[in-house]
Amino acid sequence: MSEPAGGHRAGSGAAIRAAAESVTDPEQRVLQRIAEIRKRRPALRETAISMSHGAGGRAGHTLTQALFAAVLGNPYLDQLGDQAVVPVAGLDGALAVTTDSFVVSPLVFPGGDIGELAVNGTVNDLAVGGAQPLYLTAAFVLEEGLDVALLRGIVESMRRAADRAGVEVVAGDTKVVPRGKADQLFITTTGVGLVRQPGRLGVHRIQAGDAVLLSGAIGDHGATVMLARGDVDLEAPGLRSDTMALWPLVAALLDADVEVHFMRDATRGGVATVLNEAAQQAGVAVAIDEEALPVHDEVRGVAEILGIDPLYIANEGKLVAVVAAADAERAVAIMRSTPEGAEATRIGEVRADPPAMVFIRTAFGGTRVVDMLVGDPLPRIC
Amino acid sequence: MKFADEFRDAGLARTVAARIAAECGERHWKIMEVCGGHTHTIFKYGIEDLLPPGVELVHGPGCPVCVIPMGRLDDGIALARQDGVILTCFGDLMRVPGSDGSLLDARAGGADVRMVYSPLDALKIARDNPDRRVVFYAIGFETTAPSTALTLLRARAEGLGNFFVFCNHVTIIPPMKAILDSPDLRLDGFLGPGHVSTVVGIRPYEFVTRSYGKPVVVVGFEPLDILQGVHMVIRQVLEGRCEVENQYRRVVHDEGNPKALDVLARVFRIRPHFEWRGLGFISQSALELNDDFADMDAEKVFTVPGVRVADPKACQCGEVLKGVLKPWECKVFGTACTPETPIGTCMVSSEGACAAYYNFGRYSRARDRETALRALPVTAAGAPR
Repeated sequence: MSEPAGGHRAGSGAAIRAAAESVTDPEQRVLQRIAEIRKRRPALRETAISMSHGAGGRAGHTLTQALFAAVLGNPYLDQLGDQAVVPVAGLDGALAVTTDSFVVSPLVFPGGDIGELAVNGTVNDLAVGGAQPLYLTAAFVLEEGLDVALLRGIVESMRRAADRAGVEVVAGDTKVVPRGKADQLFITTTGVGLVRQPGRLGVHRIQAGDAVLLSGAIGDHGATVMLARGDVDLEAPGLRSDTMALWPLVAALLDADVEVHFMRDATRGGVATVLNEAAQQAGVAVAIDEEALPVHDEVRGVAEILGIDPLYIANEGKLVAVVAAADAERAVAIMRSTPEGAEATRIGEVRADPPAMVFIRTAFGGTRVVDMLVGDPLPRIC
Repeated sequence: MKFADEFRDAGLARTVAARIAAECGERHWKIMEVCGGHTHTIFKYGIEDLLPPGVELVHGPGCPVCVIPMGRLDDGIALARQDGVILTCFGDLMRVPGSDGSLLDARAGGADVRMVYSPLDALKIARDNPDRRVVFYAIGFETTAPSTALTLLRARAEGLGNFFVFCNHVTIIPPMKAILDSPDLRLDGFLGPGHVSTVVGIRPYEFVTRSYGKPVVVVGFEPLDILQGVHMVIRQVLEGRCEVENQYRRVVHDEGNPKALDVLARVFRIRPHFEWRGLGFISQSALELNDDFADMDAEKVFTVPGVRVADPKACQCGEVLKGVLKPWECKVFGTACTPETPIGTCMVSSEGACAAYYNFGRYSRARDRETALRALPVTAAGAPR
């Protein structure tokens, strides 16, 4: 994982100057230099963890790449996908493994609770890799004093979510910490699933010309939790979390032999983050159209008042799919035929240039860059 | 969405843009939007894409976070580190670097720093934590100052003894004057700040037309407001007029808001001097609590370092704020100074000229923006929402 310091890797001083000098217009030259710098492997400069490392934006990516992947790295981890797909001798297909912790506050919110989230979140991380979710484990960190009736309700909700998603919780662990050392309840779930056609999906399969699809309206979960926390004095009675398992939708696409190249569920950091990750890892540009983005009125209202962009708000039941252009219409129709994808739509397309950039054409008629979220101290939402 | 979509209509935008293009002629126009909220709108909606190449928008000094000098941030961090203190502030202030880290870093280091959406939220925290001392780090122009003043009045009425304000409120006219006095400046007119004007009205800008001969149009924050404002400035110049016009009549009264002005007068007084990041010291450009509120003034009740910290040398924020340099012309833009590791104030808040350009503007102003535009899908445009 380590790189020689000062070597002639992309993004080194010499490479940047070389790239910059090939362009004449001074503004263009600056943009080029920025593009080169953005390709560098990030360095972790902070001396302490701050909340922005958990906000799903650039700081979190830096932490993952510069520390976890750098130290623990191996060919599977290095892909930094939502799930790792590993070969198992004798298995017809491959095994998908994923894990996720849930620290949402409040524990219960309109449309769901931490238990349902813990099941669906891990199920979805498997599903978007083309893996049929099979088994989960669940680890609970309980704070001294936690109300048992509340815990029971959450565990029962996990059971219902697992039944709906067709998975079983087959192992678990419990730890209790003194009052004040955790916030009521944290849950970590790990999931395994079966990938029948390994290699069918992956960021490497994204190519210029592909269509970018979204499985439904964005921002419902993040906006719901923000309001449920009570930090902002807003009410939106119709607003509910979109937490749900996406495997039926994914299975419908795969079973219909749609040429899907890549899928990812748009959780923390929202659709903007998923598109940026895809654009960077695949070395392509993604262009989306603001008018095509489905956003419920309640979310638009909340986002407008709080000054945040729905593209960056978390979802817990929405995925971005990159499919071959020829299959785009069929894919949207199939998604819409499932309850999970009733509001599915095509939001944009993949282009070759400029690499690693995401653009949006605004409904007003202008264009802007949609970058990774930078250090927003957002509340805990998953 | 009602009351918003009307002001974002792409068809109307094309009509206004076509008028601007038809009337602006061959000359090069430089129009400054004073307010950071306008800068944000301009980039968020890609308004520059709709303007002819000869019309340039210069992004002014009106981002309240951006103008806070480092020393005042250090003071806020020092306050946050004092025993029993809860420091409250607006979210975008938390990332701004002081000379040794930001408030976010201070929080990671154990200080109790909390983000609030309104000073009244800070007051609630004070009420809920009677054994703690709650300081609100107040920033902003005349837009936010009345809410701080009202909160202080309410705290006084409730007899709360544990609520304090670290006042960094600034006023809009002195920096505009400083910019107008700058010798290297060439502007054709101003888009006046809409929200500030809801409080102060439009009369305070008359000196700009009278003494400096530059037109001012007070505009709102929706993209059509801005386009119309640009058109109105160009119209004034072409018709040989030089006036303060009010495009934002649906919100701004010419006389401002007398109640808000009254509240300001009851709580604040003008500081003799205040330092602006990038612009240096400007006389009578900021507010402080008056003697009636001395017991709630964090600067008087607590010990703060009060050390002046020079702006980083490499940083050319002052030139950017004055509109002399474009963001990308700064030596460190996009390389040493990025939204993750801002050196200068303009990169810190999303309303800052540099951050807005970095996040939203970059490619739309690029030489090959035609290519970028062509790269966008057309199939989905106009699809029903």
